[in-house]
Amino acid sequence: MSSSTVKSHYFRGLLMALPFVIVVMPFALLFGVVATEAGLPLSQVMGFSVLVVAGASQFAALQFMSDNAPVLVVLASALAVNLRMAMYSAAITPHLGGLSLRSRMLVSYFLFDQSYAMAHADFEATPHRSLAEKTAYFAGVTTPIAPLWFAFTYIGAIVGDLIPADIPLDFILPIAFLAMVAPALRTIAHIATAATSIIIALALFWVPLNLGLLIAAVIAMMVGAEIERRMA
Amino acid sequence: MNYTDAQIWGIIIALGIGTFLIRFSFLGLIGDRKLPDWVLRHLRYTPVAILPGLVAPLVLWPDATGGEVDPARLAAAATTVAVGYLTKGVVRAMLSGVAVLYGVQYLLG
Repeated sequence: MSSSTVKSHYFRGLLMALPFVIVVMPFALLFGVVATEAGLPLSQVMGFSVLVVAGASQFAALQFMSDNAPVLVVLASALAVNLRMAMYSAAITPHLGGLSLRSRMLVSYFLFDQSYAMAHADFEATPHRSLAEKTAYFAGVTTPIAPLWFAFTYIGAIVGDLIPADIPLDFILPIAFLAMVAPALRTIAHIATAATSIIIALALFWVPLNLGLLIAAVIAMMVGAEIERRMA
Repeated sequence: MNYTDAQIWGIIIALGIGTFLIRFSFLGLIGDRKLPDWVLRHLRYTPVAILPGLVAPLVLWPDATGGEVDPARLAAAATTVAVGYLTKGVVRAMLSGVAVLYGVQYLLG
């Protein structure tokens, strides 16, 4: 395997990922702004984006922290948002499982929605490619996305400080969540899951420590899975 | 927000480690063994199961209005969901929602 074809797979991945830059930038910017408005110092805003690298869960943690939820509830809710990534990990293992432990750790750190979706689609379409070529493609896909996630969080945090406090930012976060969820409502099972989540979360809103939401999420997940099983 | 600095760093680090371990799970530890179908089926619905329930009270009873239902927020939420559902565009949905939020707020004074 010549290194030039490996390199070409890296650049192929990089080009494929470029359109996603348009999605990543505003979200990172928004996280920086909202986290700063919520009162986090720059170091902690950046800590979130660099150590967690998972937008939806960062926003979820921020929302629960604004409600002063107990630390364990913040963690449980934010991690629940990320559980889907176990599925990504399982799906990518047949393709990249042959890498060294250190490389697999690196791949895991960069395994977010966009990199998973693009790499998995490419690997499934051309399974004959070598491990080196697949790894190069994965590295190419993450190259424009991860650094921009960090950079635009930073810009957002700096800009957030300049935004006057009387501009109502409280509802930007709910809008961001809805914008992430609505395109994911692909099937009856997804819609039923969302509806169950809403109804039970509202019905259990009185339950302390935001535990009503966790109960709602577990039941909603079971509803979605059950509908999928029956329709299969 | 009412946490000590140490608590916030604790949240950030624990969330970082937890998220890493979720991503590392199969790639690192379980390898090529197949997940049972029922587990995969449940995992597919995790974001759709938690985010709508998280947002619903914020849409209906926003803190900023003292828990009163607010037409601007309702209209913005409905627009975001409609645009996101119909066009599948995340950023498009967000921008439409923000435009409606500020538009209706401006019109109602």
